[in-house]
Amino acid sequence: MNVISQRLNDAAFWIEKAKQEAGIITTGDSPGMAALRKTALAKLPEQPVPGTYLEAYRYTDLEKYFDTSWQYNIQPSEMPVNVESFFACEVYGLDTWLITMYNGWYTYKNAPLRILPNGTIIGSLSRAMREAPEIVDAWIGNAANLNDYFAALNAAFASDGFFIYVPDGVHLEKPIQMVNVVNHASPLFMQTRHLIIVGKGSSVKLVHCDDSHNHTAGFTNSVTEVFIGRDSQVEYYKMQNINDDSVILNKTFINQQGGSSLNTYGICLHGGLIRNEIYNQLLQPHAEANHYGLFLMDKKQQSDNIVSVTHAASDCQSNQLYKGILDDYARGVFNGHIHVKPDAQRTAAYQSNRNILLTDKAVINTKPFLEIYADDVKCSHGATVGQLDADALFYLRARGIDISNARLLLMYAFAADVLNHISIPTLHDRLDDLVKKRLRGELSICDQCVLHCKTPEKPIDFEIDMSKI
Amino acid sequence: MLLQIKNLHVSIQGKEIIKGINLTINEGEVHAIMGPNGTGKSTLASVIAGKEDYEVTEGEIIYKGMNLLEMPVEQRAREGIFLSFQYPVEIPGVSMANFMRTAINDIRKYKGLEPISASDFLARMEEKKELVDIHSKLTNRSVNVGFSGGEKKKNEIFQMAMLEPIFAILDETDSGLDIDALRVVAHGVNKLRRPDNAFLVITHYQRLLDYIVPDFVHIMFDGRIVKSGRKELAIELEEKGYEWIKRELKLN
Repeated sequence: MNVISQRLNDAAFWIEKAKQEAGIITTGDSPGMAALRKTALAKLPEQPVPGTYLEAYRYTDLEKYFDTSWQYNIQPSEMPVNVESFFACEVYGLDTWLITMYNGWYTYKNAPLRILPNGTIIGSLSRAMREAPEIVDAWIGNAANLNDYFAALNAAFASDGFFIYVPDGVHLEKPIQMVNVVNHASPLFMQTRHLIIVGKGSSVKLVHCDDSHNHTAGFTNSVTEVFIGRDSQVEYYKMQNINDDSVILNKTFINQQGGSSLNTYGICLHGGLIRNEIYNQLLQPHAEANHYGLFLMDKKQQSDNIVSVTHAASDCQSNQLYKGILDDYARGVFNGHIHVKPDAQRTAAYQSNRNILLTDKAVINTKPFLEIYADDVKCSHGATVGQLDADALFYLRARGIDISNARLLLMYAFAADVLNHISIPTLHDRLDDLVKKRLRGELSICDQCVLHCKTPEKPIDFEIDMSKI
Repeated sequence: MLLQIKNLHVSIQGKEIIKGINLTINEGEVHAIMGPNGTGKSTLASVIAGKEDYEVTEGEIIYKGMNLLEMPVEQRAREGIFLSFQYPVEIPGVSMANFMRTAINDIRKYKGLEPISASDFLARMEEKKELVDIHSKLTNRSVNVGFSGGEKKKNEIFQMAMLEPIFAILDETDSGLDIDALRVVAHGVNKLRRPDNAFLVITHYQRLLDYIVPDFVHIMFDGRIVKSGRKELAIELEEKGYEWIKRELKLN
């Protein structure tokens, strides 16, 4: 069942659709999901439609996307026969548990959940609602809120996404890789919902990629919930490289228990509009969270980065490091929020956003926002917007280095500051390679994704050879 | 004749810093420029290297028969001009190895040569590190980041050795150096002296000139070269001080 909508912003239209198609949309729902949908539908009409008149979307103009005629699939569409070929290649040397979505639906809709010998469960949300409803219902909707038009729309409609459950005391050596590929002949609107639960004293690395496979517009409205148990360690990598006409609105809600640690990495190299919102709650003492972001945008691309960390308990630590390089008419937004609640004594919270604007038409709107209600805290924030360091450029050129190479060296060094925090060596090298390509302007749509599907993967020369730049 | 400066006038933000300098330097020569702070010595060095903040209001610089002032900074470097910076710039995230390799290859490209091979490059790095007594692994260190004052100056000479310039300017390379580092730096420079290259050494003190013996010494004062002579002039200046120059200027 398909819906053609030119009215992404029309709540009444969607509420009507939800009624008409309730049989299809809710057919696989677990009881918890069904309840969530009800609440979401009730909340949807109350939510203002995102627009620049709202503080949260002040620099994010969605109007032109609202005017597009989008196809929306209420149930999975047919997969091409050779769908596997899209996911055939992986990052060279990166051995992962791979799960995939194609045009907004889990690729193997009939595949049962995969249960590893250590009890880890990997698969789709739709299967999880049927096979493990007690797990889904214990968590879904607990971290995410519905106080946003697209959050409510997502909860009302989304019925598929990735599902990952890591039990207590499990250390996964291999990262779990989640890949969303959009490859559709006409503009496609997708709503995906991912649920990730990590038990106590466990560790896992998650690699999540959003890619376009052609040049047709896509609009993904995605919500991810991540629950991290006591003393667990999670690394969550998100790489988004989509075409110039595509949009991703991505909300990630992360709740952390005591003593847990989290690193998130948002690497955004290409896309029409990529809006990543992270809402991270540190709920018990001694939790730690580091949020790293790198966005390299050009043409009329836009990258929005909203990072909100709530210190709800004492003795937690958080850190935000976001860096952007904006060329041409590109736009960037950084809204960093640190909220220290009254009882969160001995909080340490840091935030840094640094940007390079390569043209005088590129724009960054950066807004640090610190809300501190405890008195024994260490907080800092810093935001810079600038051009490349003129003294450094002169120094490099005075050694005979071409001005374009000198700029590349400096931009790469700026970006590497974020990349160097990546702990998976093969992923680091691949991203390092992609960033260099991006800076050289060589990144094309078929090799921008980490899958590198169309061209046979060859070993990457790990030696940094800037001389070839 | 390698470099000829003719009636050079230079301003920065409308203020004249260099007020008519004439200087000819031949291959195989070492020239020293001495003078108090603020007389335009570093400005002269920057103008030769190609810093764009300055405005040349009059005069010209001929280098190897070419009009130097029309060349962009990187082209000057590729033609063999090297400035050892008074304040070397820290560049976080750019490793010394990438920096030097990019520089060498861009220079080679300009000369129509193939890029240097990795093994040749590493061998050259090792050889030149030895020359300036650098023992740390430079390969992965960011350019000048975390270097002590002395290390930064040694690093300048290291870069000079790597690039083998034709005309090198040492802009107060001796400032902030202890006597051991000074010897190392001077040793490096002396090793690089050849019949086909030349050096311009800018310094406050005669001390450095004990180690890098100049063929000519020029005293600069208020934007002009007010006195030139052989190496003995530096010793005389050290003994009598800059007040001596001021008195002589007044008498004239």
